[in-house]
Amino acid sequence: MMKNAVEVRGLTVVRGGSSVLTDLDLTIGGGVTGLLGPSGCGKSTLMRALVGVQRVAGGQLSVFGEPAGSRGLRDRIGYVTQAASVYDDLTVAENLRFFSRVLGVGQEQVARAVESVDLAGHRDQVVGRLSGGQRSRVSLAVALLATPDLLVLDEPTVGLDPVLRRDLWALFHRLADDGSAVLVSSHVMDEAERCDRLLLMREGRILADDTPAAIKQQAGAHDIEGAFLELVARDAGGAAA
Amino acid sequence: MNARILGSRRLRSNHLQITFAVAGRVLTQLRRDHRTLAMLLVLPCLLISLLWWMFEGTDGSGRAFDRSGPAVLAMFPFIVMFLVTSVTTLRERSSGTLERLLAMPMGKLDFLGGYALAFGAVAAVQSALAVSVSIGLLGLHVEGPVWLLTLVAVTDAVLGTALGLFVSAFAQTEFQAVQFMPAVVIPQILLCGLFVPRDLLPDVLGAVSDLLPLSYAVDAMQHLTRSSSTGEVWQDLAVVAGFALAGLALGAATLRRRTA
Repeated sequence: MMKNAVEVRGLTVVRGGSSVLTDLDLTIGGGVTGLLGPSGCGKSTLMRALVGVQRVAGGQLSVFGEPAGSRGLRDRIGYVTQAASVYDDLTVAENLRFFSRVLGVGQEQVARAVESVDLAGHRDQVVGRLSGGQRSRVSLAVALLATPDLLVLDEPTVGLDPVLRRDLWALFHRLADDGSAVLVSSHVMDEAERCDRLLLMREGRILADDTPAAIKQQAGAHDIEGAFLELVARDAGGAAA
Repeated sequence: MNARILGSRRLRSNHLQITFAVAGRVLTQLRRDHRTLAMLLVLPCLLISLLWWMFEGTDGSGRAFDRSGPAVLAMFPFIVMFLVTSVTTLRERSSGTLERLLAMPMGKLDFLGGYALAFGAVAAVQSALAVSVSIGLLGLHVEGPVWLLTLVAVTDAVLGTALGLFVSAFAQTEFQAVQFMPAVVIPQILLCGLFVPRDLLPDVLGAVSDLLPLSYAVDAMQHLTRSSSTGEVWQDLAVVAGFALAGLALGAATLRRRTA
């Protein structure tokens, strides 16, 4: 079993006077880990903290044994924000060539990254003229350039064609099989079944942290949506008691 | 246990490569935007021609144009680069690409240096064109070396870029970024000696004018048109370059990897 890629202890993030994440503890190992929860529950904030761009109020975050955001981690983590962070006025190939120079990876990686998100046919198209799904795939390709050890993907499959969504999940598993730890967030509960492990999140706290099967069994539910509701109910009951 | 997780050995880019990558990318973006490029290169030439035309009837010798032309040559690259840079950088912040770059192995100075390099190159072409039109077509009289006049214009453009980078940190929207133009640039234009010679300004304003970088750029330009000696020009140029470097350093300080 691989040593944990990410270890978080007591993470607290405060934004605008209210706390977004409260005293969070979690670990992320190998394989594909799903970070599931409704919009606004703190998924993006947690991801930003992991890649070292979020100001945190307290707690410890280590990634591969180093404090999150360390210089040595910057080319080992691939990060895809929710909005496609690429240049709309450049072509697909120009975007990737630019980021590959920043990361110091060869041109063959550019071709490979374009292939893996199935955009080879759009290489020379300006990103601003692509569809929303295609743009987010360009953004994903940028994260794949450096063959990252940890891939942090913020809702990468939102609004995509089901066929493409299936292909991307297959890609995430391929990357995980090759040794990357993959963290994928989603607010769509039916994506849970595609993950090796799940972190269920609500209002800045982790409700459950286990395999999808174990979470369902523990909650006595048939699907993750049901398990989520059951866990919320128990949590509220526990808090009232 | 996976070997890659243990020892990650990769080819790393050095700072110079990253700086050039940023500069190359900015220039590619600009090349794609024909309208902006045309405005950057043609507009200063047209405006300086307009100025020359305004003065045509005032006296036959063109002396009035000789007096104000150099100041305007110093102002254009400064204003244009200030605007272009503050808006572009803001776009980079709001699109999330800046956050992505800062999560990568990129130094803040690599980023700023890349922008300064790219816009400095554009400014060099812009200034060369404006200077050629002024001297060749409009008969601006220059005693000092023309290349030094161009160098002052380029340094001035880099100053505009540096200040634009700096103020973009304080703007949340492109509207706000554009508002910094009157706030930061117009006082410098008013006090640079174009309207009232600097030594005739009230004491307080004279002192303020001594603290503003554009005053030195205009002094350098005016000196070059009147005299062939270059000592003072280099001094003024050093002050402008100093302000530009300070602007870049402040810009780097406002780029935060971690944000709320």
